Amino acid sequence: MRFDMGNIACAQGALYAGCNFFAGYPITPASEVSQFMSEEMAQHGGYFLQMEDEIASLGACVGAVWAGAKAMTATSGPGFSLMTENLSYAIMTETPLVIAYLQRGGPSTGQATLPGQQDVYQARYGAHGDYEIIALCPWSVQEMYDMTVRAFNLSEIYRVPVILLSDAVVGHMREKYELTRLPLIARKRLTDRVNPFGGPLPRFGEGFNLQVTGSAHRDDGVRDYSPMIHSQTLRRLIDKILDHRDDICEVEAFDTHKDKIIVSYGASARPSYGACKELENTGFLRLKTLWPFPDELVCEHCSGKEVYVVEMNQGKIAREVERAIHKKVFPICVNGGAVPFVSDIVKVVR
Amino acid sequence: MRKWRGGAFCLRHSEGGQMKSTSFIRDKYIRNLPTRFCDGCGNGIILNCFARAVDNLKFDLKNLVCVSGIGCSAWIPSPHFNSDTLHVTHGRAIAYATGIKVFQPHLNVVVFTGDGDGAGIGGNHLIHAARRNIDLAVILVNNFTYGMTGGQVSPTTPYSYISETTIRGNPEHPFDLFELMKAAGSQYVARTTTFHSARLIKTIEKAMSIKGFSFVEVVSQCPTYFGRRNRLGDAVQMIHLYEQKAKSGELFLGEFEREKRPELTEELEKLRKEGGE
Repeated sequence: MRFDMGNIACAQGALYAGCNFFAGYPITPASEVSQFMSEEMAQHGGYFLQMEDEIASLGACVGAVWAGAKAMTATSGPGFSLMTENLSYAIMTETPLVIAYLQRGGPSTGQATLPGQQDVYQARYGAHGDYEIIALCPWSVQEMYDMTVRAFNLSEIYRVPVILLSDAVVGHMREKYELTRLPLIARKRLTDRVNPFGGPLPRFGEGFNLQVTGSAHRDDGVRDYSPMIHSQTLRRLIDKILDHRDDICEVEAFDTHKDKIIVSYGASARPSYGACKELENTGFLRLKTLWPFPDELVCEHCSGKEVYVVEMNQGKIAREVERAIHKKVFPICVNGGAVPFVSDIVKVVR
Repeated sequence: MRKWRGGAFCLRHSEGGQMKSTSFIRDKYIRNLPTRFCDGCGNGIILNCFARAVDNLKFDLKNLVCVSGIGCSAWIPSPHFNSDTLHVTHGRAIAYATGIKVFQPHLNVVVFTGDGDGAGIGGNHLIHAARRNIDLAVILVNNFTYGMTGGQVSPTTPYSYISETTIRGNPEHPFDLFELMKAAGSQYVARTTTFHSARLIKTIEKAMSIKGFSFVEVVSQCPTYFGRRNRLGDAVQMIHLYEQKAKSGELFLGEFEREKRPELTEELEKLRKEGGE
């Protein structure tokens, strides 16, 4: 049993998952992840780099993954804005890696030290092009650890960047947690020459003469701009996520047989859960996976109910819930850097 | 710092041997031919010289990774060079190469970039890699323009020269990349041209052999945009123009080698050993 802040639990989870390359750039409220990695990485046989900016941080991570690393970076809104360029590259080249995204209040520099959930769409749609991505949303220090491990596993299975979409509250709060021995997905070292895309991930330095490019390509890495080839590639990149939503998506439900349901995630899920306990006839649904959006699971628990969505933005996930259940929901939005109070939520729902 | 004479440098004098045939070099090192380069482009010369440098060094292609960003120069290794190649986002090749080199220090990592890619959008990564002294060889093809997008002004376009976006003459002043990279802390800096191809082979060999950050600027001709816009003639005339400018001293060609400094990947390995004990 340990007692640490969420960011440290996240770094511990990454080290347990076999992360051996970390490149980052200082930013509040994610800096503790970098600091912990800088101290611990060498002892775990890995490499830590502080790069000149977030663009280079994610670039170095992608390069290291193609050299055989399990890589991670950590950032917040302004840094993620810079990373989206190379995030798009990582998606196109099917590069597995993990980005810990500790959300703070925006836009722009906004509230560097205060939490927010304003970037849930940026995590999903921030990079250019059509794609699907995975984003996990922890609400406790234990989950900062567990979900970081899961993020590495999912990135290996689906060859996709996975975002640990947390926020300043969950990243900075201290709780007890366990260094759970969760199962890990190992990457196989390939010995026979393979295509760089569409199969298991090969690495440089094995004599495969890989051609890796972010331009439209065939599976063997040769550039090909023909609509037929690229539509197939896009379909594959999207379907490898959407077809496995039953494996990727997770929710946590309490008393969802009741008439009213409060839906929330991350920091705002904590007071939401408190409110649900105070209210009669109200259940609670916590989204552990935000992207791909767990349409089926939300439908299963929320259809025909009176649904309230609590979040720290202008009602972004509320729209997703509406889309999934084809019915208006009641958004409870607290913006500006404050976490909603239990009493506020109780007042609205009652 | 050593200044080179502007005139031709004969490989046979220094090497004392015959050069390998073009077909041998092509079959062993080059793939996906024909290239997509314009007629007269300097990239073919640079690809040829790079392949010969690798051949002279007897490097195992297995341990060679070429990284490039976006622009005409990026197409020299990808898709044409027969090793592992990583073709990445605009200006970020050095950042990706840093990740590869740090994680697999035994690999020889070479970055191909251009004046727009390396000195424009990727300028920050360029100077920081030199400051870190990471063991990369960066070959920057300076054709004074953004060729791939149609000949716009670049950070090395000379003052008053014409481009697609400076039709009345460039009002800005160019970078002197040789001096910039010296100041940024590069272990080895050299500038040569596509005319001095024999020198270019030797320079690339040296850049790839030196432990630490090496930077080679190759002044190259772009007859399609820079040459046509500024009435510098065809490819052959442009090559001779750069030779003349080098001879007259207007274009400085030479090399600079700094006193040895600790190299980044070696330092990181030390940290790992200390950490593991």
